[in-house]
Amino acid sequence: MPASQPNALTAGNRAAPFLDSSVGRKVVMAATGTILFGFVTVHMLGNLQAYLGAQVMNHYAEFLRGLLHGGGIWISRAVLLAAVGLHGWAALSLTLANQAARPVSYRAQTYQASTWASRSMRWTGVTLGVFIVYHLLHLTTGQAHPHFIPGDVYRNFVTGFQVPAASVFYIVAQLCLGFHLWHGVWSLTQTFGLAHPRYDPLRRFFAYGIAVLVAGVNISFPIAVLTGIIH
Amino acid sequence: MSNTLTITLHVWRQKNAQDPGGFVEYSAKDISTEMSFLEMLDVVNENLIHKGEEPITFDHDCREGICGQCGLVINGRPHGPRERTTTCQLHMRSFRDGDDIVIEPFRAKAFPVIKDLMVDRSAFDRIISAGGFISVPTGCAPDGNAIPVPKENADLAMDAAACIGCAACVAACPNASAMLFMAAKISQLALLPQGQPERYTRVRDMLTQMDAEAFGTCTNHGECEAACPKSIKLENIARMNRDFIKASLTYRPDTGLGGGA
Amino acid sequence: MELNACIPDGPLEQKWEKHQFDLKLVNPNNKRNYRILIVGSGLAGGAAAASLAELGYDVACFCYQDSPRRAHSIAAQGGINAAKNYRNDSDSIFRLFYDTVKGGDFRAREANVYRLAQVSNNIIDQCVAQGVPFAREYGGLLDNRSFGGAQVSRTFYARGQTGQQLLLGAYQALERQIGLGQVKMYTRHEMQELILVDGVAKGIVTRDLVTGEIQSHVGDAVILATGGYGNVMYLATYAKGCNTSAIWRAYKKGAAFGNPCYTQIHPTCIPVTGDHQSKLTLMSESLRNDGRIWVPAKHGDQRAPDQIPENERDYYLERKYPSYGNLAPRDISSRAAKQVCDDGRGVGGTGLGVYLDFADATKRLGARKIEERYGNLFEMYERITGEDPYKVPMRIYPATHYTMGGLWVDYNLMSTIPGLFVMGEANFSDHGANRLGASALMQGLADGYFVIPYTLGGYLAGIKPSARPKVDHPSVKEAEESVKARVSRFLSIGGKETPTHFHRELGKILWEYCGMARNEAGLKKALQLIPELREEFWKNLRIPGSGAEVNQTLELAGRVADFMELGELMCLDALERRESCGGHFREEWQTPDGEAVRDDEHFCHVAAWEYTGDGKTPTRHVEPLSFENTHLAVRSYK
Ligand SMILES: Cc1cc2nc3c(=O)[nH]c(=O)nc-3n(C[C@H](O)[C@H](O)[C@H](O)COP(=O)(O)OP(=O)(O)OC[C@H]3O[C@@H](n4cnc5c(N)ncnc54)[C@H](O)[C@@H]3O)c2cc1C
Ligand code: HEM
Ligand code: HEM
Ligand code: SF4
Ligand code: F3S
Ligand code: FES
Repeated sequence: MPASQPNALTAGNRAAPFLDSSVGRKVVMAATGTILFGFVTVHMLGNLQAYLGAQVMNHYAEFLRGLLHGGGIWISRAVLLAAVGLHGWAALSLTLANQAARPVSYRAQTYQASTWASRSMRWTGVTLGVFIVYHLLHLTTGQAHPHFIPGDVYRNFVTGFQVPAASVFYIVAQLCLGFHLWHGVWSLTQTFGLAHPRYDPLRRFFAYGIAVLVAGVNISFPIAVLTGIIH
Repeated sequence: MSNTLTITLHVWRQKNAQDPGGFVEYSAKDISTEMSFLEMLDVVNENLIHKGEEPITFDHDCREGICGQCGLVINGRPHGPRERTTTCQLHMRSFRDGDDIVIEPFRAKAFPVIKDLMVDRSAFDRIISAGGFISVPTGCAPDGNAIPVPKENADLAMDAAACIGCAACVAACPNASAMLFMAAKISQLALLPQGQPERYTRVRDMLTQMDAEAFGTCTNHGECEAACPKSIKLENIARMNRDFIKASLTYRPDTGLGGGA
Repeated sequence: MELNACIPDGPLEQKWEKHQFDLKLVNPNNKRNYRILIVGSGLAGGAAAASLAELGYDVACFCYQDSPRRAHSIAAQGGINAAKNYRNDSDSIFRLFYDTVKGGDFRAREANVYRLAQVSNNIIDQCVAQGVPFAREYGGLLDNRSFGGAQVSRTFYARGQTGQQLLLGAYQALERQIGLGQVKMYTRHEMQELILVDGVAKGIVTRDLVTGEIQSHVGDAVILATGGYGNVMYLATYAKGCNTSAIWRAYKKGAAFGNPCYTQIHPTCIPVTGDHQSKLTLMSESLRNDGRIWVPAKHGDQRAPDQIPENERDYYLERKYPSYGNLAPRDISSRAAKQVCDDGRGVGGTGLGVYLDFADATKRLGARKIEERYGNLFEMYERITGEDPYKVPMRIYPATHYTMGGLWVDYNLMSTIPGLFVMGEANFSDHGANRLGASALMQGLADGYFVIPYTLGGYLAGIKPSARPKVDHPSVKEAEESVKARVSRFLSIGGKETPTHFHRELGKILWEYCGMARNEAGLKKALQLIPELREEFWKNLRIPGSGAEVNQTLELAGRVADFMELGELMCLDALERRESCGGHFREEWQTPDGEAVRDDEHFCHVAAWEYTGDGKTPTRHVEPLSFENTHLAVRSYK
């Protein structure tokens, strides 16, 4: 194309609407990612009560279900569902665009700055998606749980993890979660434009720390059950 | 100090945009370590011409690291193994005797191969023409000192303005995204008082053009920053994201403007 | 041929304003009916294309690079002059004018130089408004430095990338007009011929460097802004693609070539390392502010620099020019370096180099300050040479850097061909026989932003809009055919040698006999060698591939063929100018201690050469120069 071509704007287009633009969809990803990240952190803290015994944990579960006369949980479910849906949609559309942007790949590709975590976001993300479905069938509705007792969250939790295959899948999924958050939490600050050299090292450290903490604590649950610490 | 090397090159040869292309192996002997990488290719090319074969086509002009016209992917790294260096400023002392060197063109859908290692980067010009400027027709300017610019902003603007438009950032980005290039220009102009009037329309317009050119999106891999010969920082991408969010939140559909108070 | 400079009368200070008023105007509604062809997108071409498009003309702009942003102006490091007097150090328009005329060794036109100094201030304002990130003080105001030996601080700069930033400013203004559809940009297009209809410039023929297509473009005026021709020397600080083809074709169609022998050799470049060398890199002149230049006092002293004691070093610039010392002007410093190397005291592997030493400055200012000032230059040096200038002195040597010669133009920037305008380094310039540092950027932008938009209008107002020929006009066809014939001729030679080989050989001849110092015997020798080489070129050239695709060997061959002819004209001009002035140093005209001797009685003029046919000696015309506002003094930097 030796001669210059008119650009998209002179060709009659106006600037694209928010969701059509790549950064717009990135922002959707970051916003939903923040919700999901907030949820998993709080969820992890809530689950820590498993170490305090059946009573505390079941009490907590009941408390949650009673919030706003039972409406709270539905509100949060709706928000989470929307977040996962939008997050997955944005991830899919951007991933497709990114793959199309490099039709021929390099013979000798070497990476300098990106991490395994950043390059595998779509795979760790998909694994998380699968995990969420399984997890709901497992601990919330019970279809995937061999010994499900409705209402006894603690029991379900213990008997669920006593199945080694289930525990292994949980552990794998939590590792994915760790990697996803490791890059994701840093990435979302960048997407929101929260950059300043003074705080940049902190940003990296925060993402890394959160990833290790959430994944670490979550992995401890199946291990604690399998080793009999929680029973 | 000066040594000579014998190296094996694996070079992407492609007759034109339609040709599928492929790698061809060449042996380069008596290469002085004082040569630049492009001078090494010159030697290979002179030999090819003597043999009646077509020399390897590659883009270059200034050969001093400023015009941004050169750019090869050398062993998987745009502009080769030295940090903050353009291909033309890379010297053969960065290689060892007996090395195998794979040379490929910048790969991106937005940059079709023209021939061999030469690609079409005119998409970058169209991104600039969509908004990478301050609209000030000749003759309309106030005195140069009429608007003071804080030194920090002036320096940060200069850091961003140092971009040479080489496109190594696109070549290095796993998503073939042009965000670093675009963000550098948006940042430069956003940091200066002169750039304020068009600040928020600029970011939307340029982004629209980038997307229309079939570049990928940024997922914050940071490869671009590592490949950039002019040390353009990721901070610029964050700054442009910030501006884009503000521009979108305050967008006025009736006027197409936004970012106002 | 008549050389009418069209200098307006009246006092110097009022000439330009008066002239602007006298120039006829084009009706605003008519502007879009005039198509302007601009070849070149550097500071001069880019600025003009943007400005003319803003005025409403229908502009087409051409460059050989893949983007207008890559024109060679991008490489300028040091800065741009303007007479703002922001430092309150007694600068003024008149002082900038005076310094430029004196620096050019009184071989420039006073009226042009004064106008240049006048508009210099508008340039800074324009560039600042475009967002050029000039260096600033803590208070937010523009910073200035003294550059190239000037006695006032009038140089504006953007780190070591001033040319880049100014060009990007012009480029962005140009891209804006491209986006608006006012400019049609043709990248990777090389101008190969000028089209004249009844002696008036009406178009150009280009080769599309991607498809090989030969195309004709017609317009109401043609503007050449194709930069300098220093690559004629093969090794130079120019970008590899810089060429003379556009102005050479115009010359062969009747445009007079002014002062072809005036070339500037820059003293601070990185020395050559061997035959593989493809270009030379400039190290900014600002290094001379703190570096001290020396060579060993003894011949053939092979010791490492730090082993040579102070009293066995020759700080030759400080010795010869006590008041300017290491800051002596470019031509003088370059020649001094050549003299010590010819004397067998040069340093480095080839013996063609002198030291530029920062040891004293580091002691005085501390390593940190040195890094702050020159860090990026030191790094660039280290990259190219593999030596660390913080530890060992840099080695430098002069290299061809700028050509003051170019197509002759009048006050309106129009050549001797009506309708053909020439700007920037491509015209014979406002710099006389020597250009001062930081003035080329100023001239390019002055021409493009503030001169051509006025003077072109004056020309166009005199011709009917849309009176340009059709692309099937016989003159157009003829020009196009001649280009096609030339391309086939190149491809059919079928010899053995590459264009680079011939280019290198040509460069050696010119550097030897028409470089920093010239003499009659050498120039005559060159005038015999060049035609021989040219003949060999046309017999023994080999170009693989075809003309209908990207063919970089073919591109180079075309450029070298033109350099071969230009080189001869340079030698002829140098031979005929029997005096030493600025960048032109004839060994026969020097004082006993080696200073240039000008001959104002016989050579106070511009030499403008008219082409008279292949194989025929061109005709030398003169435009006498008069100095009414400056006195023809001997340039002394002692
Ligand atoms: C290393 C270096 C440092 C310098 N530093 C300074 C400095 O600090 N201060 C200063 O004032 N000056 C400096 N100069 C000089 C100054 O940069 C140049 O003189 C000036 O930029 C020339 O501008 P221009 O617009 O005339 O030409 P260029 O910028 O050279 O532009 C030429 C244009 O013409 C096009 N072109 C050429 N031939 C053809 C053709 N046949 N067909 C189609 N298009 C063609 C090119 O594509 C290009 O767009 C420096 C020069 C060099 C080499
Ligand atoms: C439905 C399954 C999921 C998929 C396919 C998916 C995929 C992705 C992808 C491709 C990205 C973009 C990578 C990047 O910008 O660097 C991303 C970002 C992110 N994801 Fe997911 N993800 C999924 C689920 C989740 C879940 C369950 C969480 C929370 C625990 C989560 C948290 C995040 C965060 C915080 C980000 C960073 C957002 C940003 O870059 O701005 N994701 N995800
Ligand atoms: C080892 C780690 C985890 C454990 C032990 C765990 C445990 C539980 C338990 C016990 C419940 C049922 C609560 C109840 O019914 O009241 C639950 C619900 C849920 N968990 Fe997890 N969880 C883990 C990880 C995750 C992760 C990583 C996610 C998301 C990415 C997640 C998302 C959910 C959701 C969405 C619910 C349903 C809440 C609702 O009732 O709407 N969990 N989890
Ligand atoms: S941002 Fe860096 S890598 Fe990208 S185009 Fe600019 S200089 Fe090249
Ligand atoms: S490498 Fe690509 S993903 Fe973003 S941070 Fe750089 S553009
Ligand atoms: S050739 Fe100009 S940057 Fe490399």
